[in-house]
Amino acid sequence: MEVDGASTSNGGASTSNGRANGGRSRRTAFDLFKQQQLPACKPVLTPVWVITAFMLIGSIFIPLGLVTLHASRSVVEIVYRYDAECVPKAFRGNKVSYIKNGSIPKNCYRSLKVHKHMKAPIYIYYQLDNYYQNHRRYIKSRSDQQLLHGHAHYDTSSCQPEEYNNGLPIVPCGLIAWSLFNDTFTFIRGRAELKVNRKNIAWESDRDHKFGKKVYPINFQNGTLIGGAKLDPDIPLHDQEDLIVWMRTSALPSFRKLYGRIEEDLEADDVVFVTLMNNYNTYSFGGKKKLVLSTTGWLGGKNDFLGAACIFVGSSSIILSIVFMLLHVKYRRNYRGTSYLSWNW
Amino acid sequence: MANGRRKKQQLGRIHSFSSGKTSFRGEHSLVGGPGFSRVVYCNDPEAYEALPVKYTGNHVRTTKYTIATFLPKSLFEQFRRAANVYFLLCAILSFTPLSPYSAVSTVLPLVVVIGATMGKEIVEDWRRKRQDIEMNNRKVKAHRGGIFYDTRWMDLKVGDIVKVERDEFFPADLILLSSSYEDAICYVETTNLDGETNLKLKQGLEATSSFQDDFRFQNFKALVRCEDPNANLYSFIGSLELGEEQYPLSPQQLLLRDSKLRNTDYIFGVVVFTGHDTKVMQNSTPPPSKRSKIERRTDKIVYFLFAVLVLMSLIGSIIFGIDTSKDLGNGWMTRWYLRPDDTTIYYDPKRAGIAAILQFLTDLMLYSYLIPISLYVSIEIVKVLQSVFINQDVQMYYEEADKPAHARTSNLNEELGEVDTILSDKTGTLTCNSMEFIKCSIAGISYGCGVTEVEKALATRKGSSLSQEVTEIEGHLEEAKEEKPSVKGFNFVDERIMNGSWINEPHADVIQNFLRLLAICHTAIPEIDEETGRTSYEAESPDEAAFVIAARELGFEFYERTQKSISLHELDPVSGKTIDSSYKLLNVLEFSSSRKRMSVIVRTEEGKLLLLCKGADSVMFERLAKHGQEFAEQTKVHINEYADAGLRTMVLAYREIDEEEYVAFNEEFTQAKNSVSADRDEMVESVAEKIEKDLILLGSTAVEDKLQSGVPECIDKLAQAGIKIWVLTGDKMETAINIGYACSLLRQGMKQILINSETPENKAFEKSGESSAAAEAFKASVIRQINEGKELLAASNESLEALALIIDGKSLTHALEDDVKDIFLELAIGCASVICCRSSPKQKALVTRLVKIKTGMTTLAIGDGANDVGMLQEADIGIGISGVEGMQAVMSSDIAIAQFRFLERLLLVHGHWCYRRMSTMISYFFYKNIAFGFTLFFFEAYASFSGQTEYNDWYLSFYNVFFTSLPVIALGVFDQDVSAQLCLKFPLLYQEGVQNLLFSWSRILGWALNGVLSATVIFFFCIQAMEYQTFRKGGEIVGLETLGTAMYTCVVWVVNCQMALSINYFTYIQHLFIWASIIFWYIFLLAYGAMDPYISTTAYQVFIEACAPAPSFWLLTLFVLISSLLPYFLYSAIQMRFFPLHHQMIQWILADGQSDDPEFCAMVRQRSLRPTTVGFTARFESKSQHSREQLEYL
Repeated sequence: MEVDGASTSNGGASTSNGRANGGRSRRTAFDLFKQQQLPACKPVLTPVWVITAFMLIGSIFIPLGLVTLHASRSVVEIVYRYDAECVPKAFRGNKVSYIKNGSIPKNCYRSLKVHKHMKAPIYIYYQLDNYYQNHRRYIKSRSDQQLLHGHAHYDTSSCQPEEYNNGLPIVPCGLIAWSLFNDTFTFIRGRAELKVNRKNIAWESDRDHKFGKKVYPINFQNGTLIGGAKLDPDIPLHDQEDLIVWMRTSALPSFRKLYGRIEEDLEADDVVFVTLMNNYNTYSFGGKKKLVLSTTGWLGGKNDFLGAACIFVGSSSIILSIVFMLLHVKYRRNYRGTSYLSWNW
Repeated sequence: MANGRRKKQQLGRIHSFSSGKTSFRGEHSLVGGPGFSRVVYCNDPEAYEALPVKYTGNHVRTTKYTIATFLPKSLFEQFRRAANVYFLLCAILSFTPLSPYSAVSTVLPLVVVIGATMGKEIVEDWRRKRQDIEMNNRKVKAHRGGIFYDTRWMDLKVGDIVKVERDEFFPADLILLSSSYEDAICYVETTNLDGETNLKLKQGLEATSSFQDDFRFQNFKALVRCEDPNANLYSFIGSLELGEEQYPLSPQQLLLRDSKLRNTDYIFGVVVFTGHDTKVMQNSTPPPSKRSKIERRTDKIVYFLFAVLVLMSLIGSIIFGIDTSKDLGNGWMTRWYLRPDDTTIYYDPKRAGIAAILQFLTDLMLYSYLIPISLYVSIEIVKVLQSVFINQDVQMYYEEADKPAHARTSNLNEELGEVDTILSDKTGTLTCNSMEFIKCSIAGISYGCGVTEVEKALATRKGSSLSQEVTEIEGHLEEAKEEKPSVKGFNFVDERIMNGSWINEPHADVIQNFLRLLAICHTAIPEIDEETGRTSYEAESPDEAAFVIAARELGFEFYERTQKSISLHELDPVSGKTIDSSYKLLNVLEFSSSRKRMSVIVRTEEGKLLLLCKGADSVMFERLAKHGQEFAEQTKVHINEYADAGLRTMVLAYREIDEEEYVAFNEEFTQAKNSVSADRDEMVESVAEKIEKDLILLGSTAVEDKLQSGVPECIDKLAQAGIKIWVLTGDKMETAINIGYACSLLRQGMKQILINSETPENKAFEKSGESSAAAEAFKASVIRQINEGKELLAASNESLEALALIIDGKSLTHALEDDVKDIFLELAIGCASVICCRSSPKQKALVTRLVKIKTGMTTLAIGDGANDVGMLQEADIGIGISGVEGMQAVMSSDIAIAQFRFLERLLLVHGHWCYRRMSTMISYFFYKNIAFGFTLFFFEAYASFSGQTEYNDWYLSFYNVFFTSLPVIALGVFDQDVSAQLCLKFPLLYQEGVQNLLFSWSRILGWALNGVLSATVIFFFCIQAMEYQTFRKGGEIVGLETLGTAMYTCVVWVVNCQMALSINYFTYIQHLFIWASIIFWYIFLLAYGAMDPYISTTAYQVFIEACAPAPSFWLLTLFVLISSLLPYFLYSAIQMRFFPLHHQMIQWILADGQSDDPEFCAMVRQRSLRPTTVGFTARFESKSQHSREQLEYL
C-alpha cells in the first residue's frame, strides 16, 4: 500500500499496521472475506466491452431470427372464420335468437381451399375470440377433486353456481365444464371423408392425473339453462378428451383449442368440404369463431413475431455498436483529464 | 505527615475567590419569586409533608420503555413505517373472501417482521435498564438521626445531609456545607459534565464550614431557598437561612451529580436537587429513535408506490365494474358462461357498483407485489451484516486497548456515507487530554527537537527530503526515549539543556531564571508519593502541571508549598550541586481570561524581591522594559513557529522590585482585595497592572495539547472529502484556537471571526448590575458581531479567502435564540471552520440540532465524555470514542470507535460503501417488484380485470423470498464500487453520498421506469410469441399455466441478470447467489410440478411435460432476457462513456492503470481542494501559493 492511498489508520499507527501486515502472508480466504477483500471481477463498461457486447448480440440474434422466421414461414395454416357465415341470412339481424332456438338446424357446409402442400399430421383447431376463460369467477369454478375422484367427493362449493341440479350433484361440476364447446366438424376431400383422429389431443398429465378413469358424468347439463356440450354418461372423464382440453383454461381471451388431427397429407389446390354443427353461442358476447387447419414445425405453429423481433433486436444491436464506435472515435476520451474529479460537478 | 499538614492549610489563600463574598444584590433578590420557588428544609425530610409540592425522588430512569408503555410505544414505532400499516390492512382484509391469496401468507411475514424488530428493541432497552439499576443502587452515607448510614442513591430525598468521601461521585446536586479542609473548600472533577479533567475548586459558606464532624449534624437545621430545576450547569442562585442569618448561595457552593470528589477526604452537603431535577439529568435528552435518511426516503417511495397501487386498483375496478355491468344487457346474458344471472355479490352485474368497490379491495391485495414486504426485513438483515463487517475491520481495531469498532445500532450504516458536518468534541476526542512540554525558547535560542503530530503530517506531505529529516529526528527521539522512561506531560528532548548541561550554554543565567520561574510561578500543589519519593502535582489545568513537571525534569524540583513559601530542589550553576532553596511567597496575581497572565511576587533567600510573570504573548510583549527586549525579535519568530505547529505558547518574564515599590503595592493590593464593592475585581486588576511592567523577557514555552495519533491526517482527508468539521468544546477560547491550529482547522492567513462575550462594553454592562439590560445589550453586541462577520463573509466570497468562526459559550447562548440563529447559522456555514468554546452539553446539543434541522444535511457528532451525550443523541449519527473517560458517551452513541482517526475509514470507506449498497439495493428492490407487479397488472387487462393472476399462488409467494432475495442481500452486503484504497485515495468520491446522487428521486424514478419497461417487454413479448399459438411440434396450445410459467421464468431471469449487470464487484458469492437463484427456480418448478396435482394444481408437471421439451420456450426466455436488459445496458454504457459519475471516473482510472501514477494522483488530489477546504494539505497548498505570490512580487 503506497503512502498516498493508505489510510491514516493504517499509516498512522505502526502498531495496527504491523498486525495487518503480519497476518498478510498467511491470510485465509475467510480473513479476506471478513475484510471485504475477496478477489473479484470488477467489470467496467469500457467502449471495447460495449461494442463487443452489441456486436455479439447482433451476430447471435440475426441468424437466430432468420432460422426462427424460416421455421414459422414453412408452416402452412388455413384460418377460416365461420361464426357469421354459418348463420342463415334470415337470422343475420338477430344471431342470438338463432343460436338459442333449438328447433333450427345448425348444420353449415363450407369448403376450404388448400393453397400449399400440407404434410400430416394436420392439426385442427377451433379458435374463439373475446372469450374470457381467464376470468377469476370462471377459473375458480371447478373441483379438481371431483374430476379425479368422482361424486364421492362432496366439497364442491367452489363449483357454484353449477354445483347441484335438482338436489343432486353435477359431475363434472362448475362453469368451465358446463360451458363446454359443442361445435363439431367433419371433413370431406373429394369423395372420401378425411379421418379426424380425436384421441391424444389432451395433455397426458391431465388425462392420467386429473381426470378419473372411473368418474362418469352424472346429472350433467340437465338444468334449466343448458350451457354447452353434453357428455356421454357412459364414457369416463378420463376419456372425454374434448372436456379435458376445454378445461385446460386459456391464458388470453383469444385462444385456440385442439380439436383433432388429420393424419393424411393435403395437396396444394385440394378442396376440403367442412360440415359444421354451429351450436356454440358466441353471438351474445360478440365473439368470433374460427376453424384452423395447421401443420407444425420444430417451433410449433405459424408465428412470425419471434423471428421478426429477433432480427429487429439483432440488427438494432449492430447499428448501436456502429454508432457507439463512431462516437467513441469522434469524441476521444481525454485519459489524463481530471475535470470530472474536481469540485465542478 | 505531609498529608496531615496540608489538610490544615487554608488553601483559599492562593485562590482569591470573588464569589465567596457575594452579597445580596442583583439576582439574589429574585429568590423566593417565580422560577425561584424551591425550598429545602435541611436535615428534615419530613417537613415536606406539610408542603403542597412533592419533589421527585433520586431514582433515575434512562430507558426508552417501561413494561407498561412497551407494547403501545413500540407498536407505534413499528407502524410509523408506511409499508407496515399497509400490510396490516392487507392482513386484516385477507380474512375475507375478497383475498386473492390465503390469509396465512399475508399475516405470517408481517408478524415475523414486526416481532423481530421489537425483539431487538427489548434487548437494547434491557441494557440501559441494567445500567440504571447499577446507578440507583450505589451507596452513599446519609444522615439519619445523628449517625451517617450507607444509603442507596435512589432513597435520597431533598434535604438529606450526605457525606461523600474521596473519589466518590455525588449522588445528587448538593450544597456544600463543609469539607475536610478548614475553609470548606473541596476539589471536584467534572469530566462527566463538561469533559474537562482539571480539578475545580468549590467552597462552602463560612457559616457552615465548622460543621466538620458527623455528630454535629444531630441538631443541624437550615433552610435553603433556591431556583427551580434547570439545565444551566454554570449558574445557581439561592440562599441559606441558618438561625437568624441569611447567606447567599452561588455555583461556588453547588456540587453537581455525576461529578467526583477529588483530593479532599470528605465533604458534607445537603441535597437540593434529586433524580431528574438534577442539572445533569436536565441536560440529558431522552434517547431518540434514529432513522436514516435513506430509510425515510424509502418510506416516501413506498407512499408513492402506494399511490400507484391505488391508481392501478382504481383503473382495474372501474373497468371491471363496466365489464360486469354489461354482462346482463339487451335482455340476455352477454357473457353467459359466467352465469351472471346466478351470481354472488362480487360479480353481480345488477350491483356492478358494489362489485367494483369490492374488486378495488381485491386489487389492493393483488398488486401488493408492488410494495416489497421483504424490503424492510432485507434491509435489517443487510444492515446487521454490514455492521458485522464494520466491527470486524482490522484497520479500525485499536490494538493497544484491544478495542474494535462497534456499531451499536445498525440503523445508521448508510447514513455514514452522507455526513455533511462533523461536530467534534475536543478533549479526549481530538486530543489525548495530556499537555506535554515540548519546546522552549530561552534567550532567543529555541530548544527542544520533539516533533508534533502536525509537523509530522506536514512533513510527509511536503515530500521526501523533509520526511527523511523527520525520520532522523524521530529515530533520535526513539533512542532518547529508550534511555529514559517517558514522563507524562514531558516530551522534551534537547541535550543542550537536559541533565544540567544548560550551565554550559551561552546564557546560562537566563536559563536559570527561566527554569526557576517555571518552578515558582503557578498554583499547583505537590504531592509526594511516600513509596517512590517522586513528586507529582495537582494543578488547576494540565498545562500548568506540564510547566512544573518540565521544571522538575530540568533540575528545578518544586516539592513543597506552604502558605507562605515555595520550596525547590534546584541546581546551583556555580557548585553544580543540587541545593534546597525556599522562596517566600508574598502575593499571587491570579490568572484571568481578561488578564491572560499570572504573576507571583516572591522574596528569595538572598532577600531580593522578584516579580515572576507568565502570560500570552499578546499581553506580555507590551509590558517589557526597554532594556528587557534583548531577545524579543528572536522570541517572536519562535512563538510564531510554535503556534504554527499547533503549540500553546506562553511568554515568561521577570523583574526585580524595590522594597519601597513593593510596600506601596502591597498596601494598595491588600486594600483592593479586601474591598467588598462591586468593582473589586477591577480594582485588583488595576493594582496588579501597575506592578506588572518593565519586565525582562526570558523566553517562551511551547506546550503541546497532545493530539491523538493520526488526527491531522484524518481531518485532512475528511476535509478533502468535503465534510465540514466543527469543534464544540467546553475549553477556553485560547485552548480551542490552539487546537484549531494543531488540527489545521485554522491556518495562517485565514481570517478569524471572533465572537466573544468578553468585550469591554459587555463588562461595563455587567458591572452596572442591571441584568436584563446587560443581557439585552449583550445580545445586541452578539448580533452586531455576527453581522460584521457576515460582511466579511460576503467580501471573502469574492477574494476566495477562508474564514474561521470562533464563538464562546455565552455568545452562543444568544446566537442560538430563535431570532438570531438563522443569521448565525448562515455565517457559520459560510466559514471554513467553526469552533465553539466554553459550550455546555446542552449548547452542544442545540448547535447540533440547529445544523441538523436548518441545513437538512446529515450531521455526525463525535465525543467521548458524558458531556457529549446530548450532542451524540441529537445528531443524525453519534459516534462515541471508547477511550478512557468512562462509558456514558459510548452507551448513548450509535457507533463506537477507539480512536478519532478511525473515523476516516468509517466514513470514507464503510460509509460510502454502505450508502452505495443501500441505495442501490433499495432502488433495485423497487425495480424488481415493479417489474413483477406490472406483469400482473398488464395481464389483468387481458382478463377483464377480474383479479385472476397468470401465476400460480406459490410462484407469487416465493418471488420475494427465494428467487430474488439472496442476490439483493449479497448486493447490500458485499458490493463495492471501488476498493477501500481508492476510496481513501480519492476522498471526493464521498460527495456522492453527501449530495445524495445515488438515491435522488430521478435515480429512483429511473429504476422504476426501468422496471415498467422490463415488465412491458416481458409481458408483451411473451403474449405475442405465445398468443393462441401452437408452441411446440406436437401441436399443443399454450394454456394459462404455460404462459404463466414462461413469463415467470422470464421475470426471474431478467431480474437476476439485471442484478448481475448493475453489480460492480463480482465475487464468487455474487455468482453463487445470482445463478443459484435462477437454477433454484427450475429446481422448484421440477419439485413443485412433481407433487400431487392436489398440491401443485396448475403447476403440475408443467415444466417437465410442457415447457422444457419446447424449443420455443427456451428461445423465448433468451430473447426476452436480452431485449429487456438492452435499454439498461445502453443507458449505462452511454453514461459510463460520456457522463460518468465520480465512482465511474475512478473505475476508468483504475481500468487505465493510472491509479499507480503518483503524479496523476497528486493532480487529482489538488483538484479536490477548495479555498475553504481545511486540513494540512490545503494549508500547505495555501502556504506555497502564498510564497509563490511573494516570489512573483519580488
